[in-house]
Amino acid sequence: MFTYILKRLLILPLLMFVFSVVAFILIQAPPGDFVTSYVAELAASGSAMDQRQIEALRELYGLDQPAYIQYFKWVSRLLVGDMGFSLDFQKPISELIGQRLLLTVILGLATLLFTFAVALPIGIISATRQYSFFDYFFTVLNYIGIATPTFMTALILMWLAFSNFGITITGLFSPEFANAPWSFARVVDLSQHLWLPMVILGLDGTARLARILRANLLDELNKPYMEMARAKGMSEWALVIKYPVRLAINPLVSSLGWYLPLIFSGSLIVATVLNLPTIGPLLLRSLISQDMFLAGTIVLTYFGLAVIGTLLSDIFLAWLDPRIRMEAA
Amino acid sequence: MSESGKNEIDTPERPILSVRGLKTRFVLDEGIAIAVDGVSFDVGVGKVVGIVGESGCGKSVTIKSILGIVQKPGEVTDGEILFAQAGNSGGADADYVDLAKLDNRGKKMRAIRGNEIALIPQEPMASLSPVHTIGNQLVEAVRLHRDVSVSEAEQIAIKSMTEVGMPNPAERMSMYSWELSGGLRQRVMIAMALVCSPRLLIADEPTTAIDVTTQAQVLNVLRSLQKDRGLSIIFITHDLGVIAQIADVVVVMYLGRVMETGPVDDIFHNPLHPYTKALLSSIPSIHGTSRGPLPTIEGTIPHPFNRPKGCPFYPRCGAFMPGKCDQSTPRLTASNPAQSVSCFLHNDEAEPA
Repeated sequence: MFTYILKRLLILPLLMFVFSVVAFILIQAPPGDFVTSYVAELAASGSAMDQRQIEALRELYGLDQPAYIQYFKWVSRLLVGDMGFSLDFQKPISELIGQRLLLTVILGLATLLFTFAVALPIGIISATRQYSFFDYFFTVLNYIGIATPTFMTALILMWLAFSNFGITITGLFSPEFANAPWSFARVVDLSQHLWLPMVILGLDGTARLARILRANLLDELNKPYMEMARAKGMSEWALVIKYPVRLAINPLVSSLGWYLPLIFSGSLIVATVLNLPTIGPLLLRSLISQDMFLAGTIVLTYFGLAVIGTLLSDIFLAWLDPRIRMEAA
Repeated sequence: MSESGKNEIDTPERPILSVRGLKTRFVLDEGIAIAVDGVSFDVGVGKVVGIVGESGCGKSVTIKSILGIVQKPGEVTDGEILFAQAGNSGGADADYVDLAKLDNRGKKMRAIRGNEIALIPQEPMASLSPVHTIGNQLVEAVRLHRDVSVSEAEQIAIKSMTEVGMPNPAERMSMYSWELSGGLRQRVMIAMALVCSPRLLIADEPTTAIDVTTQAQVLNVLRSLQKDRGLSIIFITHDLGVIAQIADVVVVMYLGRVMETGPVDDIFHNPLHPYTKALLSSIPSIHGTSRGPLPTIEGTIPHPFNRPKGCPFYPRCGAFMPGKCDQSTPRLTASNPAQSVSCFLHNDEAEPA
């Protein structure tokens, strides 16, 4: 178990290096740079910059240097914990990302918990009562859940809430807490706002997981160990939970690896629609203004979350399944 | 219920289990498949009853019906499964409970399953959970029926494994099924079946998945258990060689019906039913001089949906009597004091149409 975790930890730096190159190439890919879009923005608002000012600005930000030198400067600063400076916001990036990252992770984990808490019982009951009314009901609901884009669900719910109850359901805080320092009251306020984006973000994943669990469980329910457990005199529910569910859940745990990053990054559009203070909307803004260091740091943060998510799911899976522990040792 | 059971069973040697006219069917979209069609047999106290037949003849469904673990869309529709009540192991004044009338998932039935009647399954590998230790599954089997602590249950489990000849039983407790060899796995299953000291053991082809050497070891374990504990055993197999080694009484099944039943010597030396004869002649003999092909039974078992009218075996039978065998179904009737057969060659009794 220990060597298994160690092996995975040792790959981490290599993965992060590869990801940092990819992230840098991605943010360098669009034509032009921050100064180009800044000039365009100025032009749009009626003012202009002369060529010398533009060149001075490029020199100031190091944008006149070759790409690989820019990359090494960026990465070496990241290595010592300096995320750099947002050209657009004129603020240190760590300051911009800090709290948003925390809220992103909180929302992501809440969504994950919601997904499993809802998908597990639905999947189990759909499989054990196959072709019952319950099974068909959730099959239909699940397909609707999978087929509806999450931002669409968000828009519909916002509209329903506003037109019927006159409330706006955007953001993660009430106005008075939006910029307040952390306090117990602020946490309570957050928990009151968190559930809606959590449900919206979780619907798609819940539907998928319930379908996967149902299919896995149906495979397990006819295995001879079920018969053996019955022949031992176990009650039906106790044995369903102890044996087939335990085995059917393993593929779900390994899906955490891709599901967790999907929740983090997939929340971009929903977060923008719902005006959530997570890093999603910040990434969108930074991409539009070609604020390359901000965008690069956010993309790399997503990669980091994905890697951590995969690592956690690997460890969890090894803890659950002795066969995997054995293979890895 | 026990009162009526007393009245119905009046043989001098009261059996521990008496199956009478058992019918089990599966309701499928394609139609109704009758897997067990009026099966009757007795299991004497301390006796080994061997049930033989080709694949698909209803052996496994019969024992699943006895254990009450037939799964939907299957159901027991008719017949009695009389089991001697706890406290007396058969004998002259046995009290009986009809398992067919109990709720399969109910407490009463679950208190009998695994406790009074235990199963040794066909595939030990697939019957053990790969993610739970051997010890976990053994302890569970104990604690389902005995009010003991985990450590006490562990001691019982280790003792049970010692009894079936498992080397280093204490060490095996923390191992997983896939870390054991096939023979050891089957020993774990036998140890698990014995862990609550059942009175009736049902072994469903326990030697199919293992090699011949291990097979002999497993048979030895079962035989000594039967001798030492006076255990009653139902032994299912399609291997007549195994039956000859272990059974006292043989039940020959075909397409959900009992073709012939009797003591093992009579069945092997004086088979009455053409199907029994055909089965016996298809055993390869070490003394055989013939270099010709091994005799086989012509044709295959009909699909349960296309069950022939009359005797189920007549399409493959060498002694087929047109107008008789294909018209009515022969009834299982005593042909001599020990042996019963359902064949019109030996008696004229037919099932009511």
